[in-house]
Amino acid sequence: MLHAAFLIPLFPLAGFAVLALAGRRLGNPVAGWLGTAMVAASFVVTVIVFAGLFQQAPAHRSFDQTWWTWFSVDRLHVTAGILVDPLSMTMALFVTGVSTLIHLYSIGYMEHDPQLPKFFLYMNLFVSSMLLLVLGGNLVMTFLGWEGVGVCSYFLIAFWFDRPSAASAGKKAMIFNRIGDAGFLVGMFLVYERTGSLQYTTVFSRLGHVSGASLTAIALLLFLGAVGKSAQLPLYPWLADAMEGPTPVSALIHAATMVTAGVYLMCRINPILFRAPDAAHTVAIIGAVTAFLGATIACAQNDVKKILAYSTISQLGYMFLAAGVGAYVAAIFLMLAHAFYKALLFLGAGSVIHAMNDEQNTKLMGGLRAVMPITWITFLVAWLAIGGVPPLAGFWAKGDVLLNAYGFSPWLYALGALTAVLTAYYIGRCYMLVFSGNARWVEARASGDGHGAVVSHASTPPASGHAQEEADTSNPNVSHERVSQRELHPHDPAWVMTVPLVVLAVCSFVGGIINLPFHPNLVFLERWLDPVVSRSLFNHHFGAGTQVLFACVDAALAVLGVGLAIALWRSAVDRPEVEPTFLQRAWFIDFGYDRLIARTSTVFAAFTSAVVENRVIDGAVNGVAGLFRSGGGVLRKVQTGYVRNYALGVMAGLVVLLAYVVSRSVS
Amino acid sequence: MIASLLGALVGSVASSGAFSIPHIDYTAILPELILIGGALLMLAAGALSVRHLPTFAYTVLSAAAGVAALVSGIVLWEKIHGKGRPFTAIAHALSIDGFSTAFVILSACVIIVSSFIADGYLRREGIAGPEYHALALLGASGAMFMAAANDFIVIFLGLEIMSIPLYVLAAMDQRRAESGEAGMKYFVLGAFSSAIFVYGIALTYGATGSTNLAQIAGYLANNVSTNDGLLLAGMGLVLVGFLFKIAAVPFHMWTPDVYQGAPTPATGYMAAIAKVGGFAALLRVFFSTFHSLTATWQPVLWVVAVLTLVLGAVLGLVQRNVKRMLAYSSINHAGFILLGLQAASASGISASLYYVFVYAFLVLGSFAIITVIGRRGDRDHAIESYRGLARSHPMLALAFAVLLLAQAGAPFTTGFLGKLYVVEAAVQSHSYALAVIAMLTGAVAAGFYLRVVFVMYGQGSGAGARADDGAGVGAGVGSAAVPGEALAGHPELAMASAPGGALEVAPGGAGGAVASGATATAGTLVAAPTEPDAGETAPAGAGGAPSPARALPFDLAPTTAVGIAVTVLFTVVLGIWPGPLFAFVHAASLLF
Repeated sequence: MLHAAFLIPLFPLAGFAVLALAGRRLGNPVAGWLGTAMVAASFVVTVIVFAGLFQQAPAHRSFDQTWWTWFSVDRLHVTAGILVDPLSMTMALFVTGVSTLIHLYSIGYMEHDPQLPKFFLYMNLFVSSMLLLVLGGNLVMTFLGWEGVGVCSYFLIAFWFDRPSAASAGKKAMIFNRIGDAGFLVGMFLVYERTGSLQYTTVFSRLGHVSGASLTAIALLLFLGAVGKSAQLPLYPWLADAMEGPTPVSALIHAATMVTAGVYLMCRINPILFRAPDAAHTVAIIGAVTAFLGATIACAQNDVKKILAYSTISQLGYMFLAAGVGAYVAAIFLMLAHAFYKALLFLGAGSVIHAMNDEQNTKLMGGLRAVMPITWITFLVAWLAIGGVPPLAGFWAKGDVLLNAYGFSPWLYALGALTAVLTAYYIGRCYMLVFSGNARWVEARASGDGHGAVVSHASTPPASGHAQEEADTSNPNVSHERVSQRELHPHDPAWVMTVPLVVLAVCSFVGGIINLPFHPNLVFLERWLDPVVSRSLFNHHFGAGTQVLFACVDAALAVLGVGLAIALWRSAVDRPEVEPTFLQRAWFIDFGYDRLIARTSTVFAAFTSAVVENRVIDGAVNGVAGLFRSGGGVLRKVQTGYVRNYALGVMAGLVVLLAYVVSRSVS
Repeated sequence: MIASLLGALVGSVASSGAFSIPHIDYTAILPELILIGGALLMLAAGALSVRHLPTFAYTVLSAAAGVAALVSGIVLWEKIHGKGRPFTAIAHALSIDGFSTAFVILSACVIIVSSFIADGYLRREGIAGPEYHALALLGASGAMFMAAANDFIVIFLGLEIMSIPLYVLAAMDQRRAESGEAGMKYFVLGAFSSAIFVYGIALTYGATGSTNLAQIAGYLANNVSTNDGLLLAGMGLVLVGFLFKIAAVPFHMWTPDVYQGAPTPATGYMAAIAKVGGFAALLRVFFSTFHSLTATWQPVLWVVAVLTLVLGAVLGLVQRNVKRMLAYSSINHAGFILLGLQAASASGISASLYYVFVYAFLVLGSFAIITVIGRRGDRDHAIESYRGLARSHPMLALAFAVLLLAQAGAPFTTGFLGKLYVVEAAVQSHSYALAVIAMLTGAVAAGFYLRVVFVMYGQGSGAGARADDGAGVGAGVGSAAVPGEALAGHPELAMASAPGGALEVAPGGAGGAVASGATATAGTLVAAPTEPDAGETAPAGAGGAPSPARALPFDLAPTTAVGIAVTVLFTVVLGIWPGPLFAFVHAASLLF
């Protein structure tokens, strides 16, 4: 059974190939179903392999499957192969599972988009890359998947590339990721330089000979890669902009799979992090700060997808906090739980956006509870899950993280606890604005004399709002048109979209059972991952009393956040006192980047264009050209087309060559 | 016939005085015999048939001969591999070892693929008759003889058997003056270089008393010469002869003109087979026969490799004609292959062998696509002809993109591995500077490969462009289709900074002026037509003016498509899964 593992990334890849060759011919629904079927097949294979792995003795659950040698230079043997172990299979299981649901959902969501085959083509390639990333048996394979998801995310974020904001969001994602990728690459070089291998199993067995400083450098460099991919401070702004992609893409890339790659990498290299405590502390601190920062920003956003985006950043911060303090199981646990409820949130938001004719501003929604019952219920479950209300999945997962953070440092715990309140609050705010209160979309239509008024009222950041508005009006033919004059009849979507919602809601509700802390027999996930991470875990032993106490505190924090959200936003739509500008503008960090880096780079580019390009490069080129022309113009004269000149050239070369060779004569 | 002639020649050299016919092992030369037989059969069929046979019949015959040669080559390989030792045949004139057999197999592959590729061209242009295929078969047999030769005389014979068909092939397109010009140039210069080569053989014979490679090597190993000037001069002349064939700088000047002038499928064939034969003999002669003189030829090859790499890349960058650009690209590739020989190590030879394999398929596929895009008349080779190809012919554009990226050395392709191994060989023999230069020129060359990719995937022209596409859409398509924005910068830079053809070292300006006098006579041969200046605008095309709609749509013959598909599959599959080819090449150089 284990040898079927190669099929896991192969199925989506085959789907990609078929769609690339015949996607257009397959047409609208067929291409979507094909893509979904391929990911589903991959999920089935994953389950089978997972079961096969489960049958093995816990100590022998690591299978380094090498398919072939890709290339070998000197000591470096880069092989194509995968590592089947509990960690990679856990990742593969939830990646394929959630991706299947999102693919299914996309069939409905992208129904009217003529580019649907292309969409599924990218989605399949994306899933394939992600699976290669998590299954890869060496850093090169992981890097291939890493780059693959990077490229696919670019394509998918900029899927509606006829909107300037989407095109620029795609570029932004690409650039921020590239910064991280540079770290990954250098880290990889350093790993090879220090251990002479890139194969995970070999690398980990040789760590004993590597100095602490090198390990810290390796861990930090790989962490830089993770920071880029997982949108942590300071490389997070791309994730917020990435919401320009179609909503299922947001769910797939920015909730369930791609952004978790960084956390996965940290867990994968846990033996390195274990030996590099300074690096691990850095990971934990950056994670905690990002968690807090993301949560604060999410409290003041109006765009439903922006709220969720910052929420993702914040949740990822939690995961890095867990990984940094050595609680890898907690990180994976939260990642799983998060995959369920964040995908659910995004898909729910997608349903709402779909129903609202592509309106994303929560201030223009409200009262959807009555007309979209399934979406409402599932979104409610997601809110309570992410908020950490017992007994939903988020409660257990987040509790695990916070407990471990406390064992490491009370300060990080405090930051995490504060973030927990904010988390319950901001999703609650979003929920209240969308589903409860008055149906503001009716008023907006009634008073609406066009869309521009609505947008200006909504006080979205002008940078994206106006650009988008212009793009929409100037491209009447695009699929994504916002028909402002059309009558709105919001309703729950078709079954292909509601089934994933329900499944995810159930998972979000009961997801906690995979790792319940009551009894040593119930911590399934911990025991499952034990062979991979046990030697690196920081063991904090808390008594049962402490655990219960912390659980109560967590529950209280969650209820506080929920209550706060209900109290503040039950009837209100605008509360400037809790939506300060600096939070709406995301602490001005993005703005600062724009001023500091983008503007300077633009100025620098203008300078290079004007001076370096014209004077230096053109100068060099012209100089070379001049060199050729003047002074007898050797080369130009040579390439005249005259045979006699060519013969002369051969002769000249011959004479020089002969002169040298004969000069080497011994006599 | 040829065999007995060879036997006679070798006999006269080897035995002093008495003339004896050596034993001829026909199985050893079966692949060559099959190709020659196929060519003769074709010519006979063409002459005897009352009505013209369809072109496709000749294609099938040619491909069948190629397959038969391939099979006999594989049988030979198994024989050597099974016995585990190489042998010499026909009075030691031929050396049948893994190395020669690998090249025999490669030549057979080249013939099969190029037959398919040429088929579409011949039918499109209405060129009936067996000549093209017959000449190609003969040329390939020459390359095989060069690979198997164990005697300078046989190398020379192989060289001529290979070259003369190539001269004719280059001149085959009678409707374009440049074609005849190309053939004539190639012939005159080829004859010149052959003369140099023969002179080198004569001097070597004078110095060592033999033309047999093994005997020369033995002589050099056992005798310390007090005055080796004669030998070194002979070696230098021989080297020049080879360097001419493989188009190494400064003996490359015929290459752009000939490659551009020749019918495009013939260009691809020529680029592949001439390098196969040339490198087969060059590697053997210099690595084994002149091995004791390594210290002398290594620095020469160092300089030649650097010149070849740099000139090929830099001059390729300023071309606006894709066919001519690929001519310079093949010069650049020759430099890479020389890297392996320059290393003068077993792994270097193995790397060069691997690169030749890779290159042969890449160049065949690339010129096949250029043939298709060239349309009827074989004239549309300006880079502007490729604009928007991704929209109108996505598969063709994808195939070309793959082949070009492979030539640039992108991972997942054989091109990447080829470059990796030759550079590794250079590093292992401590030629660090050469390795760095090679990689830099590879980066420069990537500029012109990517420019074509960018143009193909950039904003389309009339053929496929949607009328309602605004500037933003076009830019978006460009950026979405080409992975990584970084790709965009380089070609633009390259194009924008080529000031009005001032750097056009190609005969655009000077030669063109003469050409206008329509004086394409043997004495005042001038080069290809002037390059169109129309395409000077940057390809990024911010809402740019669409280039004029194409006059003629092109069609892709199924046979050509098969040929292209084979090259692309070879490049990608063996790039991802390189084990088999690498093992084969490794075994081939072990059985040297």
